Amino acid sequence: MTDDGRPTTGDELSSSLLAVRGLRVAREGQRVLEIEHLAVCEGEVLAIIGPNGAGKSTLLLVLSRLLKPEHGEMRFRGHLLEAGDDLAYRRRIALVLQEPLLLDRSVFDNVAAGLRFRGLPRPEVARRVDKWLARLGIAHLGARAARSLSGGEAQRVSLARAFALQPDILLLDEPFSALDSPTRARLLEDLKTLLAVTAMTTVFVTHDLDEALLLGDRVAVLLDGRLRQVGPPEQVFSAPADSEVAAFVGVETVVAGRVVAADEGRVIVEASGLHLEAVGEAQPGHSVLLCLRPEDVTIRPGDHSSPSSSARNRLPGRITQMGPRGPLVRVVVDCGFAVVALITRASARDLGLAEGQTVTAAFKASAVHLISR
Amino acid sequence: MSLLWEGIRRAIDLLLHGDAEVFEITLLSLKVSGLATAISLLLGLPLGTLLALGHFPGRRFFLSLVNTGMALPPVVVGLGVSIFLWRSGPLGDLNLIYTPAAIVIAQTVIAAPIVVGLTVTALQQLDPRLRLQLLGLGASRPQMVLALWREARLPLLAALMAGFGSIISEVGASIMVGGNLRHQTRVLTTAIVLETSRGDFAPAIALGLILLLLAYLVNLALTWIQQGGQRR
Repeated sequence: MTDDGRPTTGDELSSSLLAVRGLRVAREGQRVLEIEHLAVCEGEVLAIIGPNGAGKSTLLLVLSRLLKPEHGEMRFRGHLLEAGDDLAYRRRIALVLQEPLLLDRSVFDNVAAGLRFRGLPRPEVARRVDKWLARLGIAHLGARAARSLSGGEAQRVSLARAFALQPDILLLDEPFSALDSPTRARLLEDLKTLLAVTAMTTVFVTHDLDEALLLGDRVAVLLDGRLRQVGPPEQVFSAPADSEVAAFVGVETVVAGRVVAADEGRVIVEASGLHLEAVGEAQPGHSVLLCLRPEDVTIRPGDHSSPSSSARNRLPGRITQMGPRGPLVRVVVDCGFAVVALITRASARDLGLAEGQTVTAAFKASAVHLISR
Repeated sequence: MSLLWEGIRRAIDLLLHGDAEVFEITLLSLKVSGLATAISLLLGLPLGTLLALGHFPGRRFFLSLVNTGMALPPVVVGLGVSIFLWRSGPLGDLNLIYTPAAIVIAQTVIAAPIVVGLTVTALQQLDPRLRLQLLGLGASRPQMVLALWREARLPLLAALMAGFGSIISEVGASIMVGGNLRHQTRVLTTAIVLETSRGDFAPAIALGLILLLLAYLVNLALTWIQQGGQRR
């Protein structure tokens, strides 16, 4: 069984590039990490999300074999890793940390560092360094001293240094969290492109849900040292495994769709045969994720779908699930996809809501959060 | 005052005309202290690295020993090394007492703890996550250590200069284990002591000026290193 309760499929095991099993890390007697099973598949971007102190960075260090767990085994391409394999394994991966941690040398030397550790011949080192400096848009910085760079430039060098190694697995530990928001957005976009072009197997640790949604093919939620849920982002965000996961992800409705029209910040997205209106920037034809927070959704009994009002999305559906969530009631409505709403107990009572009932879920176009895929 | 001016005038005369004995004494000083510094580096760099990066029982105890060693009084070192090298001492058979080798040994005992201690400081000033980053880029342990040394190159150079500076101007140990024998173990400091005690100030001043110049050059290099460090 996987941590999210689904049986482990044979397919997942055979295609996994890296797998850990029975992992346990303790610090001063306190459990920091306890993971039954986690597999990273070839070519996927696995986003590990969780709040600060959840054990994300610890997990990444274990995956880099820079931290020895008390218990647990790791398999790389099916082979059990032993202590003697550490150097060889570390030369198949590349690690990028939150701080760029550049060496006090030139930018070129920094990007060349890992290649030189591997003893690559000079012309090959120069070829790869130049290629990856160019790909990260910093070809002009090659001769500069690393200590003279801005934060964003430095993190680009750090990424170039990792990509230049052409690793089997790229391990990223919150590489953008120290950057200002415009810099971060540009770098995130560039990284997304690079990951897509190279089909690089990547484990990406972040506490930022947007980053996880943007980059992750699968999302793993790590809370208090345990994996609480692993799955595609739509699933994790729209069907959280438990209330703590839901509380962490906040956004509960995530729907994959395609932009069919866009005009002056108003975007029409087609999802599951329905046309939804959202506010944002997107190009027609692009794939997007629509994210909706449950407190932005209102529920009315009956079918009130009407095309006349354009400011709100009104979706008819049936209540499939109702249950308490703290002082509120969590209602799941099947409108072709699951829409989750949080309403007060008083409203639920006044409206006489019950499972199986036909209702209309409504939300403003401005409440829809669009994430380009 | 005329004593001073006369002394300085004759001292400059000695220096300008390349007095053979002044030259010999200066060369021996540089050889002995240079060799002791080199040995201190060979011992101190690995030891300091081990103390800075390693995790082993007794590490703190060794660090406290090194810190004490950095302030060893040269006369105490001279006493200890003399006892070991004394003809009837444990290493007496080596016949090293009153040879330049004895001075090298004593000066190494003085300089090595300084190089070790400053190496530890230099490496501990680096971001500890840099080690993880280097290993995470595929560095072997030796490659990681080399990269860290290179990263700390300026403070390490400063450690070396501080070691040299501490022994080139040291007199107590050199006179005790070297004996200040003419043409054999007479170095700058011991020669100055002797000439001064004889009231022969001109050669003392000449040697003193050379010693000052060496000390100045060491400090100039140190200052240059520290300024380079601040420009970062």
